[in-house]
Amino acid sequence: MPVSKLIPMKEAVERYVPDGSSIAMSTFMEQMIIYSAAHEIIRQRRKNLTLIGPISDLLFDQMIGAGCVSEVKAAWVGNVMMGSAYQFRRAVEEAVPNKIKMTDYSNLTMALALHAGALGVPFLPTLSTLGSDLLGENESLIEFNSPLSNEKLVAVEALTPDVAILPVQRCDEMGNAHVWGSLGISIDAAKASNTVILVAEEIVSPELINSDPGRTLIQGFQVNAVVHEPWACHPSPVQGYYNRDNDYFSEYHKETKLREDFEGWLNKWVYGVENREQYMNLLGEGKIQSLKIKKSALSAPVDYGI
Amino acid sequence: MEEKYTLRELMICAAAREISDGDIVFVGMRLPLIAFVLAKKVNAPNAIGLFENGIIRSTPSPSLIYTMGDPPNLIGATHTGEMLSVMAYLQQGKVAVGFLGGAEVDRYGNLNSTIVKSGNNEIRLPGSGGACDIASLAKKVLIIMNHEKHRFVKKVNYITSPGYGDGGEWRKSVGLTRGGPAAVISTKGIFDFSLDGLMQVRSIHPGLTADELRDATGFDLFMTNEVSETQPPSKEELRVIREYDPSGFWTGWNPKKSGETNAG
Repeated sequence: MPVSKLIPMKEAVERYVPDGSSIAMSTFMEQMIIYSAAHEIIRQRRKNLTLIGPISDLLFDQMIGAGCVSEVKAAWVGNVMMGSAYQFRRAVEEAVPNKIKMTDYSNLTMALALHAGALGVPFLPTLSTLGSDLLGENESLIEFNSPLSNEKLVAVEALTPDVAILPVQRCDEMGNAHVWGSLGISIDAAKASNTVILVAEEIVSPELINSDPGRTLIQGFQVNAVVHEPWACHPSPVQGYYNRDNDYFSEYHKETKLREDFEGWLNKWVYGVENREQYMNLLGEGKIQSLKIKKSALSAPVDYGI
Repeated sequence: MEEKYTLRELMICAAAREISDGDIVFVGMRLPLIAFVLAKKVNAPNAIGLFENGIIRSTPSPSLIYTMGDPPNLIGATHTGEMLSVMAYLQQGKVAVGFLGGAEVDRYGNLNSTIVKSGNNEIRLPGSGGACDIASLAKKVLIIMNHEKHRFVKKVNYITSPGYGDGGEWRKSVGLTRGGPAAVISTKGIFDFSLDGLMQVRSIHPGLTADELRDATGFDLFMTNEVSETQPPSKEELRVIREYDPSGFWTGWNPKKSGETNAG
């Protein structure tokens, strides 16, 4: 009988995210950003983390502002609706709350770094970033001449994060997961990382998962922990489960411009609650209702029959 | 009487007109989201939109989106999957047009969206995202910019997205085999590039003079004596834009004060 990996978020972070970890998060790009895990990491006062992700959304901003982060490897750190993210800026420009090392990737080179990690090769070549200052400053991007054609290429060094924390729509208790929608670089992040924590909107039976193996993009044998936490990605959307909380992005932008205001925000929304359930209570029923899916868009079933 | 429009509506129209029917387009954030919708509905019904989070669309999203990852952008898509599944087409050279913006552009069309200087201080911006990839790999790049002196600079502080470098054969010499910026659509005019890769004026937006354009530019602009005026939006174009963005979130158009322009 396969063993269930279902544990609470608190325990998953305690067990699998020690100080100094490198973590792939925010890999779906604008959808399915795993805020609940970020908030638990902040509550457990983790230090010296390295964050790895393409377009980080506000999740990196919050973890940086809380003092959990010493290094960021990313293509874009900001507020997807509003532009700048103030905690990231303060950390880079003024070392507040602490200094961070920023290594700039492009989206494609970040994708290739994790793809190389997923494939188990030391690097992958690309035609991107030639002539840019990313190539000069990021030590994991190295120009070379192709041994086959002598054309200029860039070697993108593999990234193998200590842990990937990934939201999924549904999985079984062993971590076999159905995921659909815009995936960004999440599937490679799962394969490249040494430890994988899944955070599922729904826990379903293995029979349901096995009925559609084409949608099982993360395998149970890759996964160390499964957390069941509905609404784990608010304010970002999860296709088929809830919509984007657009107001949040403009309000956060206004509410966290000053350091003291960010601290107030953190005390209310992160330290002021113990878990995701309390966070959702704080968010309130009216807001939750407004973000729920109003109109389903079911795909047609497919036939795997023999 | 000619219908009034906002500056952003004018820029969206200019961007949409650069898309040809059948083009595979790398759709960026903000104004290009609407330019793609407009092109699909008016001048390029067979254009295909690629979004770097892994979405491919052959129809406009059914309702307004604020980011490419908004749930309506997945409804009716022809594909949703991994980033590499769309970046593959970009690196292969199948993408005809990609849109970019930035905090700084220089006279060779190099873009900076990473770090700018302000006096003795440095201001950290969000970074490349997919911009460096689009600038490196698309067949043609269209730049959309606010036109201000501190943004149109002689030399960018950091090359996030390579244009024509320092001109001439620069792209080839660094290993970029195709592409480069084809046009800049700013809040003051439309620009293209000489064979040497230098920015030159194609048209000035209605109501502005050549002197105003020069004053807002941090380098010498190449301008012929007969610079044309940017073609204003047609009634049809405005109808499509306002139908898609009825509150004017992206366009600055105020439906409550119909006709009032709200530039910027």
